Amino acid sequence: MADLRVNIGSLLLKNPVMTASGTFGYGLEFSDFVRLEDIGGIIVKGTTLNPREGNPYPRMAETPQGMLNCVGVHNKGVDYFCEHIYPRIQDIRTNMIVNVSGSCCEDYAECAARINELEHIPAIELNISCPNVKQGGMAFGVTPEGAASVVGAVRKVYGKTLIVKLSPNVTDVASIARSVEDAGADSVSLINTLMGMAIDVERRRPVLSISTGGLSGPAVKPVALRMVWQVAKAVKIPVVGLGGIMNARDAVEFLLAGATAVEIGTANFIDPAVTVKVARGIDEYLERHGCHSVREIIGALEE
Amino acid sequence: MMKYILDLVVTANERLREGYILLKLTDGKPLPPMFPGQFAELKVEGSDTTFLRRPISINYVDEEKNEVWFLIHEVGDGTRRLGKLSVGDKLNVVMPLGKGFTLPDSVEENVLLVGGGVGTAPLLYMGKKMAEKGCRPSFLLGGRSAGDLMQLDMFRALGKVYITTEDGSLGEKGFVTQHSVWQSERFDRVATCGPKPMMVAVARQAKAEGAECEVSLENLMACGVGACLCCVENTTEGHLCVCKEGPVFNTNRLLWQI
Repeated sequence: MADLRVNIGSLLLKNPVMTASGTFGYGLEFSDFVRLEDIGGIIVKGTTLNPREGNPYPRMAETPQGMLNCVGVHNKGVDYFCEHIYPRIQDIRTNMIVNVSGSCCEDYAECAARINELEHIPAIELNISCPNVKQGGMAFGVTPEGAASVVGAVRKVYGKTLIVKLSPNVTDVASIARSVEDAGADSVSLINTLMGMAIDVERRRPVLSISTGGLSGPAVKPVALRMVWQVAKAVKIPVVGLGGIMNARDAVEFLLAGATAVEIGTANFIDPAVTVKVARGIDEYLERHGCHSVREIIGALEE
Repeated sequence: MMKYILDLVVTANERLREGYILLKLTDGKPLPPMFPGQFAELKVEGSDTTFLRRPISINYVDEEKNEVWFLIHEVGDGTRRLGKLSVGDKLNVVMPLGKGFTLPDSVEENVLLVGGGVGTAPLLYMGKKMAEKGCRPSFLLGGRSAGDLMQLDMFRALGKVYITTEDGSLGEKGFVTQHSVWQSERFDRVATCGPKPMMVAVARQAKAEGAECEVSLENLMACGVGACLCCVENTTEGHLCVCKEGPVFNTNRLLWQI
């Protein structure tokens, strides 16, 4: 077996496969299907300072090779997380990472500060790219200044590994990644969902309750791969790649493009055991190519 | 309750009527325990348009043959592909999922199971589980016409069967809520599955009778395990996932106008 370990900031992942926020619950929902400790990292559902009911139903539309969602960071807030969920996940023997969302810099910082106190949460992923909340969310992630302001505010109060999740709904993703790096991020993850829309022609109405939503699944993979490739060349911090990864081959594409690790999202809905299969498949790829470590293929694209 | 990812084998795929198939599946090992009203996520292979699994309620479990049955309405490409499966084919299934119907506490309870269209499917297994406990359920089944009603012989073997059709071709003419059984009998508990307007009407009738009422919802869902939060229903406790907290809900938890 090849050495699958990678580092993201001060995090050591046993393999480069993580789960994407909002697609794997708190991990517990999948414990019947996989051994959670076999996954490199589990990024749990987006958490905000205050509880959020999210957007009204319908929140999902199936599209060719993908799906749209407009869940809208539906969660019970950071206090509920700390009191009721953290005790249930703190002993899972992998990196349990919390995705933090908000609507202003103060909320992001306060939420991150609370999670900073939790011993067994070694990292957060800062969501400055959610397309489904009106205030904040993606608004921060679409300009270098906005992104830097929220990352700077969180960096002051958060001492552990800080991953910043970037939006693809921008003209120049590399400039935003550089800005986030300068503001003190330890890593960037990309892409969040691509803003999209579906229409019910019989009813002449949008399918989703708030008209637009975020597109995920294999349909977005080429866009995600291009952006990861661009960002990996633009920053020195490790890049986490995600967007439509369905199998190990897809994951290896992201690693070759420069990602140090990957996240698997929508594929969890099709195969709840896909994460461990991808980790195994990466190992098989490495063996087949005579690599001793996964680190040998990170950014190893021949151009 | 433990959930499984299983590669099941097709033992039969019967066309009950145009657009409706009864898919019977088995496994080399004993199938997991399943409760009536629970569902499964069936994987669709090779479709250009259907990306997600199809959530389908458990129609029946034949423990002797180690079979689980799914009654499927062919609506889109995904369900039509399920309709083309042949005996011996494998089908990847995640199950059992969600929370099902409440079984009566005692044999004294008078329970009415009301189904419309393909919504009759989970009531067959509910009837079986009730019969195993010594209860004799009453089924009230509705359709547009006689041809819409399926598996009637199996329902009749488990309990009393009342039928309405909109064209009067079988049973009483009208909607399920207009059937005379509502006047002739009193029910302690009602469980229903079918089109939402029908379930709302049934819930209203049950409330007027002072009966407990459970409904089975089919909100659009993705993951099936409470992770993606797409299939939420607005309830007295806020947005809840139909796939995990349901699909069966007591109507007193819902915000329906009944």
